Amino acid sequence: MSGPLVEVAGLSVAFDATRAVREVSFAVHPGECVAIVGESGSGKSVTARSLIGLAGEGAAVRAAALRVDGRDARAFGDRQWRAVRGARIGFVLQDALVSLDPLRPVGREIAEALRLHRTVPRTEVGARVVELLRDVGVPEPELRARQRPHELSGGLRQRALIASAIACRPALLIADEPTTALDVTVQAQILDLLAARKRDGMALLLISHDLGVVARIADRVLVMKDGRIVEEGPAERVLTRPEHPYTAMLREAADPRPARPAVRIGAPVVWARGLVKAYGARRAADDVSFELREGETLGVVGESGSGKTTLGRLVLGLLRPDEGEVLIEGRPWRDMSARERRAVRRRVQVVYQDPLGSFDPRFDVRRILEEAIAVSGLPRPARRDRAVELLEQVGLDAGLLDRRPARLSGGQRQRVAIARALATRPKVIVCDEPVSALDVSVQAQVLDLLARLRAELGLSYLFISHHLGVVRQVSDRVAVLKDGRIVEVGDVEQVFTAPRTDYTRRLLAAIPRLPEQQGGDHGTHHDGGRVRSADHG
Amino acid sequence: MTAAVTAGAVRARRAPARPGLWAAALFLGLVVLAALAPGLFTDGSAVDGDPAAALTPPGADHVFGTDANGRDVFTRIVHGARPSLLVGLGATALAVAGGTVLGLVAALGGRWLDELVMRLVDVVLSLPSLLLALVVLVVAGPGTLNSVCAVGVAAVPVYARLVRVRAMVVRGSGYVEAATALGLPRAVVVVRHVLPNVLAPLLVLATIEVGTALVAVASLGFLGFGPQPPAPEWGAMLAAGRDYTAVAWWVAVFPGLAITLTVLSITVVGRALRRRGEGRDV
Repeated sequence: MSGPLVEVAGLSVAFDATRAVREVSFAVHPGECVAIVGESGSGKSVTARSLIGLAGEGAAVRAAALRVDGRDARAFGDRQWRAVRGARIGFVLQDALVSLDPLRPVGREIAEALRLHRTVPRTEVGARVVELLRDVGVPEPELRARQRPHELSGGLRQRALIASAIACRPALLIADEPTTALDVTVQAQILDLLAARKRDGMALLLISHDLGVVARIADRVLVMKDGRIVEEGPAERVLTRPEHPYTAMLREAADPRPARPAVRIGAPVVWARGLVKAYGARRAADDVSFELREGETLGVVGESGSGKTTLGRLVLGLLRPDEGEVLIEGRPWRDMSARERRAVRRRVQVVYQDPLGSFDPRFDVRRILEEAIAVSGLPRPARRDRAVELLEQVGLDAGLLDRRPARLSGGQRQRVAIARALATRPKVIVCDEPVSALDVSVQAQVLDLLARLRAELGLSYLFISHHLGVVRQVSDRVAVLKDGRIVEVGDVEQVFTAPRTDYTRRLLAAIPRLPEQQGGDHGTHHDGGRVRSADHG
Repeated sequence: MTAAVTAGAVRARRAPARPGLWAAALFLGLVVLAALAPGLFTDGSAVDGDPAAALTPPGADHVFGTDANGRDVFTRIVHGARPSLLVGLGATALAVAGGTVLGLVAALGGRWLDELVMRLVDVVLSLPSLLLALVVLVVAGPGTLNSVCAVGVAAVPVYARLVRVRAMVVRGSGYVEAATALGLPRAVVVVRHVLPNVLAPLLVLATIEVGTALVAVASLGFLGFGPQPPAPEWGAMLAAGRDYTAVAWWVAVFPGLAITLTVLSITVVGRALRRRGEGRDV
């Protein structure tokens, strides 16, 4: 087929009063990778879903043209859509754990697609499933096919999901944030897998918020904002010489730039010595020692399951170590009475990845803040003024006091969480993935806010993140965590430019890189996983 | 009872047609009104009858007919609303209160207490709740208060289990950890954050349970263990009418209808409340 696989003109999707997608036009040709880039709420997912007739419940879809395989899809009924889904267009979602049936072996999930579209004779389904799993790089495919999703790692699950999506050799694969839930090293493998499919002639429509991912495999890029395409063009051009200010802003925000204020680093405020914490046979902390000085930001990086969050909870005194101890301003948590411990908790505060989950759902912003203020012993009449003051400190308007967190934007919520952490006038804040759930532009603002507060209030941060770029931006020193052990610790630039361990080198090599702005050379070279670290400034 | 609760918790069905909800709410409103002010509906006596007019079929004088003692069935149903509703509410309140205390103790009191309380609850749960209520009544003797206690106690294990699971979820939630990290005392965290978030969804579920408790008490009344004659309790009325079903169907049918419609209405309204509650809760 020589024409486009999918062609869309003037596509609009509305949910009741909100118009999620407005007058969007584009086409995907065989063998190319088109990426739709945008922040949350830009309409990128809804656009992709419209291509398989799944825009969502209550969606009003209008289009001047919507052609799949050259056929007019606007008139498609349920039966015709089902013939397209899986067979002509495959679909991969972000989180394989929720996309796969938890009670069924993954092999059967894949077999279902094959049987449904009668792609191969019944007797060959089993063999084909194993072949597919091998194709997507799943080791021991015979064994894995019989396992259920929870028995597989995140990377394997995502591979299994891709295998089921490409089971019937669709001409087009739509991947909606396919690597967002994955660690960088696994993300790199999945992107290689998708690139290999593309070389075999499959077209790919990639939805992503991550410009680094897009740069790695996309041929053309569409940038969406508020339901419209604001810029489109060849990936190389859009990413290196963005024309629309919004694209330029996204590009700017994706570039790590230091958010480190010049502050005086003082004596250690947190001191961890030989921490061990085991869950069954697994050691989430294995002889971990470090110190965090006054005014300093210590970054903690590691992949999921490396023990980052456990470390944070040990520092917060929410978890008792099996061995070793944490000292806060010279005193160990272990030796404190319940009353003393409560007093020290005010000195060590926390900001979580998911601010919404860290607020009582029945509370509005005022109650959230006033509860925290009350802890520091301020009399009731003064609490409201202090709440307003805190909101101003994090750049929010006092008008938000009566809102519930559910009605705030992601960035606003994280600011409220920071305001709450500041309410007790702490010395140390443990930031556990504080910007991982935020859009890049909002991320930059929150990081700037954290840097400003650090300079103004002399705070120390224990900054935990899987995102190496972010950690590099904010940290003075960085500790690399693997399987509960600190494998490397040192000055942030030194660790990032001259890592001493293989593990750190592998982590750094897996970060998807953006081409230099204004036409830099763009190349990602791989040879079988062992990658020489390129020195990037 | 167990079946009703779990089925309700697992499935979230779509809203029924709104007229059904309104009809249920209206009927429930009438029942509540009858319970508060029976005088609005009838000025007759619920206990004194005219023996000469015994077993009169429904007609102009007696809308629902009369029973074997010549008492007006409609009047007795209206006056029966109060004890029946009180019994349903009382039993549910007892079950929720007892279950909440046990569930919280199990969830927050440490592994040892958890094991102790939950094994005890399992033993009680393994007995059919109505049978358990009967045992309580045999020991304590029949009567309105006793039957409320019996039905309430029998339902405690279900709530204890529900509260324990909810409390464990809430205890592990980000906002409880955040409150702890703020330096709030444990008791404050439990009262301010854990308890309300455990109870909010539970109370809606309890509305549905009121209907179930009402049936349980009616069943006990039917077996002669509930409120004693001549008190106009729906279950007891149904039981008394059983002997006359062949000659005077109305004596049993109307109290039975009252029970059925009330339970149905409570369930429909309860489900609607729960759906609204879930929308906010999640």
